Amino acid sequence: MASNPDTKIQGGLLGWVDARFPLSQMWNEHLAQYYAPKNFNFWYFFGSLALLVLVIQIVSGIFLTMFYKPDAELAFASVEYIMRDVEWGWLIRYMHSTGASMFFVVVYLHMFRALLYGSYKKPRELIWIFGVLIYLVLMAEAFAGYLLPWGQMSYWGAQVIVNLFQTIPYIGPDLVTWIRGDFLLSDATLNRFFALHVIALPLVLIMLVAAHIIALHEVGSNNPDGINIKENKDENGIPKDGIPFHPYYSVKDLVGVGVFLMVFAVIMFFFPTGGGLFLKPDNMIPADPLVTPDLIPPVWYFTSMYSVLRSVPDPFLGVVAMGLAVVMLFFIPWLDRNPVLSMRYRSFAAKFNLAVFVVAFVILGWLGLQQATTEVSEMSLRFSTVYFAFFFLLWFLSKERSAVFSLIAFAVVVGIYTIYDILRFDPSDASLIMWSWLIPTVYLFVTMVAPAFARGLGRDRAVPERVTS
Amino acid sequence: MKTLIATTFLAAAALFTVPAASAAGYDGDLEKANIDVTNEASLQRGANLFMNYCMGCHSTEYMRYNRVARDIGLTEQHMEENFIFITDEAGDPVGVGSLMKNAMSDDYGEEAFGVVPPDLTMTTRIHGEDWVYTFLKSFYVDESRPLGANNTVFSNVGMPHVLWELQGWQEKVVDEDGNERLELVRSGSMTPSEYDRAVRDIVTYLSYMGEPMQLDRQRIGLYVLIFLGIFTILAYFLKKEYWKDVH
Amino acid sequence: MANQGVNRGRRRFLVAATSVVGGAGVAAVAAPFLASLQPSARAQAAGAPVEFDVSAVEPGQRVSVEWRGQPIWVVRRTEEMIAGLSEVTDRLRDPESEVESQQPEYAQNEHRSRNPEFLVVIGICTHLGCSPTYRPEIGDPEMGSDWQGGWLCGCHGSRFDLAGRVYRNMPAATNLVIPRHMYRTDTLLVIGEDEDGEAI
Repeated sequence: MASNPDTKIQGGLLGWVDARFPLSQMWNEHLAQYYAPKNFNFWYFFGSLALLVLVIQIVSGIFLTMFYKPDAELAFASVEYIMRDVEWGWLIRYMHSTGASMFFVVVYLHMFRALLYGSYKKPRELIWIFGVLIYLVLMAEAFAGYLLPWGQMSYWGAQVIVNLFQTIPYIGPDLVTWIRGDFLLSDATLNRFFALHVIALPLVLIMLVAAHIIALHEVGSNNPDGINIKENKDENGIPKDGIPFHPYYSVKDLVGVGVFLMVFAVIMFFFPTGGGLFLKPDNMIPADPLVTPDLIPPVWYFTSMYSVLRSVPDPFLGVVAMGLAVVMLFFIPWLDRNPVLSMRYRSFAAKFNLAVFVVAFVILGWLGLQQATTEVSEMSLRFSTVYFAFFFLLWFLSKERSAVFSLIAFAVVVGIYTIYDILRFDPSDASLIMWSWLIPTVYLFVTMVAPAFARGLGRDRAVPERVTS
Repeated sequence: MKTLIATTFLAAAALFTVPAASAAGYDGDLEKANIDVTNEASLQRGANLFMNYCMGCHSTEYMRYNRVARDIGLTEQHMEENFIFITDEAGDPVGVGSLMKNAMSDDYGEEAFGVVPPDLTMTTRIHGEDWVYTFLKSFYVDESRPLGANNTVFSNVGMPHVLWELQGWQEKVVDEDGNERLELVRSGSMTPSEYDRAVRDIVTYLSYMGEPMQLDRQRIGLYVLIFLGIFTILAYFLKKEYWKDVH
Repeated sequence: MANQGVNRGRRRFLVAATSVVGGAGVAAVAAPFLASLQPSARAQAAGAPVEFDVSAVEPGQRVSVEWRGQPIWVVRRTEEMIAGLSEVTDRLRDPESEVESQQPEYAQNEHRSRNPEFLVVIGICTHLGCSPTYRPEIGDPEMGSDWQGGWLCGCHGSRFDLAGRVYRNMPAATNLVIPRHMYRTDTLLVIGEDEDGEAI
C-alpha cells in the first residue's frame, strides 16, 4: 500500500500530515506492519465483528436519539412513532434491537475463543481484564437501553433488577430509591437511564475498546496453537509465522463481515423479534406500574447470570452469587497457571472442563427463561455449582496432581455441596435432589479423579515450535 | 476440538428454539387464523368491520388514517368519507393524516366495562394472530356476567359480544365425552363460514396494523441478502487471491 | 513472502470490484438513514393543506392564516390598490416575477395571484426571515408620498408592494414567496395544494 517504511517522511499531503500527526505510523503499527500469526481460524473473526457491531449500534443509536423522547408519558408512543411515522424508522430501530442481541452473541463467542486458546494468559492478562470490563459495561448499557421503550417488560425487568440492590444490608432500600430517583420506577429513572445509555456508558465503552486494542497490539495476537510467534523472527526482525494484518487479515475479515451481515440481515428483516427472545411480546404494552406480567424473564443474554441468582434461596446471597459469577472472570488469568495456552495441546480433562462450562452456561441461560418450578430451581443450583467449579478446576488442572491430592480435593469439593444438600433435604423432592447430585459429581469425577488413575486423561501434549497451519 | 465446537453450536441452537411464552394465560388449543396480509380485499373488508364494530371503544392510536388508506389500497377520500368518526375540538372531523384515536374517554370506558378498552394497534403482536382469531369466535351466553356474555379464551372478559349480530349466540355445552364446547343456538346474519371469514379479515387487518412495514421489510430483506451474497463472494475471491502469498 | 507469480491484474480487479460493491453498500445503507431526517408522517399531517373562506375578508383587510407554522397573508385588494401595482413597476427589482422559485406559474403576473382581488403570500421576508409589517395606506407619510401600500420589514428595512414584490436596493433580493394554492369553490381557498397535488 501507500506507506513504505523506508520513506518515512514523504512529500505531499500525507507528508504534511505525518509531520504533525502520526498517521502513517499508526497505519503501520496497527495495520500494515502489525504482524499477526498466519494461522488464525474461524474463532478469530469475532473481534473485528464486535467492532463492527459497536459501529452499527452507535450509528443507529444516534439516529434513534433524534426521534426518541425520554419521557414516561411520551417514550412508548415515540418508539411507535419511529416504527410508523419516521421514514425508514423501522429499519433503524430493528437494526439497533438486532444489534443489541448480536453484540452479545459476538462477545460471547469472542470470550469463548479466549478460553479455548488461552488468550488470557501471560502476557495478555490485561487484554482479558479490559475485555471483561467491556462485557460488564455492555451489560449495563443493554440494561439501561432496555428500559427506554417503556413497555411492560422494560418496566418490570428494570423493577426486578433495580430491586436486587434492596437486598444489600442496611443501605439497600435507600440505595434503590437513590437509583430510581423516586419512590417507584418513574420518569426520573427513565431520564437518567437515557443519559447513561446514550452518552455515559458508550463513552466508557469506546475508551475500554481502545485500551483493549492498544494492549493487544502491544503484546501481539495469540493464535490457535498458543505459540508466541515473536520468538521465531527472521533476519529483518519479522516473525516467521507472522503476516501483516493489512492486507491479509483485512481481506479475510471482509469475508467474515459479509457472512455475519447476512445472518444479521436474516434476523433483522425476517425475524426481528427473534421469536420473542430479542423483542418480547409483552413489551408492546405500555408500562403500567399497577399490572405485573405473568412471567418476567430477562433478555436472553442475561439469563445465565439470572439463573445463578435464582439458584440461591437467600436474596442477598443470590445477588452475591450473581456478582461473583461475573467477578470470577477477572481472576481467570491467575487461576489457570498451566503454561500451555491452547486447548489443542491441553489434556482431555482440561478440554472436558471447558466443554462442560460452555454447556452449563447455555443450560443456565435456558433455565433463566423458564418459570421457577422446583425442577428449574434444582437444575439452576446444580449447573451454578458446575459454573463455579469450572474456576476451581482451572486452578486444579494447572499441573498434574498426585492421586492422594486429587482424591482429597475431590472429597472436599463434593463434601461442600453434599453437606448443603443434607441441610436443605426435603423428602418430597428426594429423588430429584439425589439424581441431580450426580451432575456436578460426575463432572468433578471425570476432571479430578479419573486423571489421577488414567494418567493419559490429565496429561498435556507437547506444543510444537512453529504454528501448524 | 471439532466435537467441542459442534456441541457448542448444538446447545446454542437449542437455546434459540425456545418458544415464546404464550400470551394472556390461556392454555387451550387455538384455532389457526390462516391470514394473508398481502390480500388487499381481505384487508379492506377487515378495515370496514373494524372501523364499524371495534373502533367505537378501541383506538389504534399509533397509526394514521392516510397511511392505512395508502397501504390497503383505499383512497384518502374514501377513508375520510366512510371511516373517520372522531372530531377535533372545534367539532369538525379530524384530518386524514390524524392518529386513529377514538371518541370514548377512559373514564367512560372504565365505568361501562370495568376496564379501559385497550388500544389494539399491536394486539396481534402481543397475543398472536391465532389468539385474536379464536378469541373473537369464543363468546358465549353467560347470564352471570354484567353484559350477558363470557369468553372461553379470555374468561370474564369485560367486553360484550360486539359481533353477535353477525355470528348469533353460542352456548357452552358438555358433550358425551365430558368435553366442553360451544354450540350456536341462535344464528346471526352470517353463516358460520361467513363469520369465520369476517373474523379472519379483522385479524388480517390487525396483523397489518401491528407491523405495517412487515411486507416491506421482507421484500427489502431479500434484496439486501442478494447484495450481501455478491459482496461476500467477491470478498472471498479477494481473500483467496491475497492468501496465495501466505502458503 | 513470495511475491513472484502474483497476478497483479487479477488482484487489482478484485480490489476494485470489492471496493465498488462495498462502497455501493455503504451508500445504500446511508440512504435510509438520511431519508429518516425528512419530515415524518406526523410533520406531514401537521403540514397538510389548510382551507380558508376568503369571503369574510373586508376590502383592504389583511388576514393571517397559519400553514406549516408560517403566517400566510390573504389580502383583499381594493380597486385603488390594484391600480397602484402598475404605478411602482419601475422602482421594483423583479416586477415581472421572473425568479421562478418565488411563485407558482399561475401567480407569475403583475398582481401575483390567481384572482387580482386576493393576494395569498407567505409573510416571511426573503432576506433573513422576519415577518414584515403591513402598511396599506396609499401615500403613508412615514413611507413617502409615492407609497402605493405594501410591507416594510422591521428588521432591515426591506420594502414590498401589495403584490409582495421587493423594491430596488433593498436588503431582500427576491419577491415574497407565493405558496401553492387554489380555490376549491369561488371563495374557498386551499393553501398548500393545487391542481398538481400537495406542496412538497
